Amino acid sequence: MGAKRFWLIAILVGAVFFGLSLMAPNQYYFQAGYVVLQYIVLATAWNILGGYTGYVNFGVAAFFALGAYSSVALYKLAPLPIPVLMLIAGIVSGVVGLGMGYLTLRLRGAFFSIATLAMAVVMQTLITNWDYVGGSRGAYILRPAQVPILGNYIVYLFLIMLILAVITIGIARSIERSRLGFGFASIRDDEQAAEAAGVPTLRLKLVATTLSGALMGMAGAPLPYYVTYLDPASGFSLSYAVNSIAMPLIGGMTNWIGPLIGALFLGTIQQLATVTISSALNLLIVGLLLVGFVVIAPNGIVGLVERAVERARGRR
Amino acid sequence: MEVSLDLLLSAVVAGILLGGFYAAVSIGISISFGMLDIVNIAHPAFIILGAYAAYFVNSTFGLDPILTAIIMLPVFYLLGAGVYQVYYAVFERRGDEALRGLAFFFGLLFIIEVGLVLVFGVDYRFVEAPYIGPTFRFGMVDLPLRMLVPFAVSIVMVVLLQLYLSRTFIGRAIMAVSQDRLALQLMSANPGRIKRIAFGISIATASLAGAFLIIIQPVEPSVGRDYIGRVFAITVLGGLGSFPGMVTAALLLGIVESITATFYGPSWSPAVAFGILLLTLAFRPSGIMGR
Amino acid sequence: MAALLEVTDLGKHFGGFTALDGINLAVAPGERVGLIGPNGSGKSTLVNCLCGTLRNETGSVRFDGKVMDGLPAHQRTRLGMARSFQLPKPFVSMSLADNIRIPLLYTVNVRRGTHLAPAELDGRCDELLHLVGLAEKARRRPRDLTQVEMRKLELARAMAAEPKLLIADEAMAGLSHSEVDDILALLSVLNERGITVILIEHIMRAVMSFSNRLVVLVAGRKIADGLPQEVTRNPDVVKAYIGE
Repeated sequence: MGAKRFWLIAILVGAVFFGLSLMAPNQYYFQAGYVVLQYIVLATAWNILGGYTGYVNFGVAAFFALGAYSSVALYKLAPLPIPVLMLIAGIVSGVVGLGMGYLTLRLRGAFFSIATLAMAVVMQTLITNWDYVGGSRGAYILRPAQVPILGNYIVYLFLIMLILAVITIGIARSIERSRLGFGFASIRDDEQAAEAAGVPTLRLKLVATTLSGALMGMAGAPLPYYVTYLDPASGFSLSYAVNSIAMPLIGGMTNWIGPLIGALFLGTIQQLATVTISSALNLLIVGLLLVGFVVIAPNGIVGLVERAVERARGRR
Repeated sequence: MEVSLDLLLSAVVAGILLGGFYAAVSIGISISFGMLDIVNIAHPAFIILGAYAAYFVNSTFGLDPILTAIIMLPVFYLLGAGVYQVYYAVFERRGDEALRGLAFFFGLLFIIEVGLVLVFGVDYRFVEAPYIGPTFRFGMVDLPLRMLVPFAVSIVMVVLLQLYLSRTFIGRAIMAVSQDRLALQLMSANPGRIKRIAFGISIATASLAGAFLIIIQPVEPSVGRDYIGRVFAITVLGGLGSFPGMVTAALLLGIVESITATFYGPSWSPAVAFGILLLTLAFRPSGIMGR
Repeated sequence: MAALLEVTDLGKHFGGFTALDGINLAVAPGERVGLIGPNGSGKSTLVNCLCGTLRNETGSVRFDGKVMDGLPAHQRTRLGMARSFQLPKPFVSMSLADNIRIPLLYTVNVRRGTHLAPAELDGRCDELLHLVGLAEKARRRPRDLTQVEMRKLELARAMAAEPKLLIADEAMAGLSHSEVDDILALLSVLNERGITVILIEHIMRAVMSFSNRLVVLVAGRKIADGLPQEVTRNPDVVKAYIGE
């Protein structure tokens, strides 16, 4: 299926989905849906660097919260529409991703991962000590009185995140089929061999880090308006990293469908669990599923389906 | 900003004591990451587990935390051996990429932390012991016993482990495995078994480190995360697989953190370790005394 | 004729250990150079320094008239220097055809004037796989290959980059007599097409039958360089290497 056709179908599916959603009985659907859509973006973005290129980023919070806090910082200066905030957040997070990549991507994969964690903590400490955005006390955000369209602010946020999700998935799929995608895969499979085959590994890794970081930042930009109160502890929560890793892992890391499935599966479970049981237990479930899948089904749900299909067809 | 000598000296001494504790915290990673090449980022969670074990026994039976930790050593050793068995069966034998191993330990870290939240809640816990409270005065310098005792025991532990690794047969086998797996196979020793023993030891150290932790400060489940950066910063800065290097790095980090906390405030402390880690990785990945 | 590869005074240390000491080597276009030496003599280190995987501390490497020092490995490959790895390093998640596609996309398609359209790319992949006898397995994954097939894939991948120089690092280790002949035949075909070949090997009969020049490395130093028959009669060489 060509790229253009995929984009068309994706937009169509998104539009249909949104249309159907408008029939939802209550506001809660949009509130929960926003979170699941946000995770679709985070999981897909993470997977560009993690699943496609093979570099595990534990510092998801650094990019995500950076996006959120750039919105907070700008809120104090001048109210801007959310799409603009997203763009700015994307640029800021992208630049940070580039910088971090430049410092750490020459190292082995394990060191890179630890460095990403270090980044997240450094960033959290910096923000916690920055009084302008509220420091450790947090910041309050007032939603604008006038909702740009639809009359309902949560529905508006839901729509924005839906659009970002469609864009992110479209980007991920385009990469997969492109020369860039082949390059990423070769780095993941054997970086030394890739380099010897002419692949400019450092440059490609920087592209992956920048793109992944930028998308995560964009996902974070509307967060302050969604929660209306943001503090570093919640913005930099480790659960963002755990989810961003668990979802592609559970769904499948080698293509764009995996993170989507993982996010829908895990995201929905969590939304249900948070309401029915405690939120701590809900996080435990995520952790257990993550470890369980890593050990038993490393290629995720997509991998399991592929194996079942192969078996049904008989060995080639 | 007034830099009084008194204050600076106190900060440095406190830093040294803190550094001794950091050495105990990092020695496990020095073994699992430095020697076995296993990125066990869940190590701090095991330390917190050790801290809670000490807390539980202390609050129920009034037993001294360090004593508890020593009694718990075999339990933690078995735990480590068990975790290694899973890791080995799933990852090393398949020759899978480091990515899944990392995700595995990350998941483990999370499970342990959340598990502790479910069992003990998020309140800070602390232990009672006769040496928590009193302070030695040594000239201009304060030596709180609650820092001094862990420091002393930690140094003893590091020395004992160093002797074990260099003098006993299994210890030397561990050193050999860390340097050349092929050579060990040719010597017909089983590297898997040796590595399991080493990993078990590395987790056992977490038991003691946990006791030290809860003696030094009150503990709640997410405290472990501050230590991920510290532990890896120390191991990388000190050079993988080098104990003297690790101890030096631990002391250095302790001093720098202490001075930062004294003159700039404690809210900057977490960034210190991670900042040092980033700088080291960026500019001198082989550390101070790298291999 | 100007040398294709000029190595001048190359040195490499690992901490206190000197892996390579003052290596001088000039390879003319079209030559078939055999590089031999005992284990640990520095052969692989030399390959890594030539290809850019390792940085040499002293000396310099000129290839095709251009200075290579400081260039990353991928650029050296693009300029025409290709190598195969001692232990095959295939891209395991991809089909054989895609394994070949990677160097095509990133070397041939990057050079001026040689861009291949997608259909041509497919054709070239099949061509190369056909050359090494792996055409029927084009859609399979590397894990389905035998040892010798993996070596062939390794060579095919190196060749996809259309190199002027191919460094084959112990491409025949552990292979049977006829498999070694297979690989040798392949290398001869490549040489006939104009590719200069440096063959690093332990299997003496392969080296002797293939090379028109023999270079011997011992403990990081080059101790002999010349016609195979003469080099093998050199007493130093006999003592250090062959007389085991």
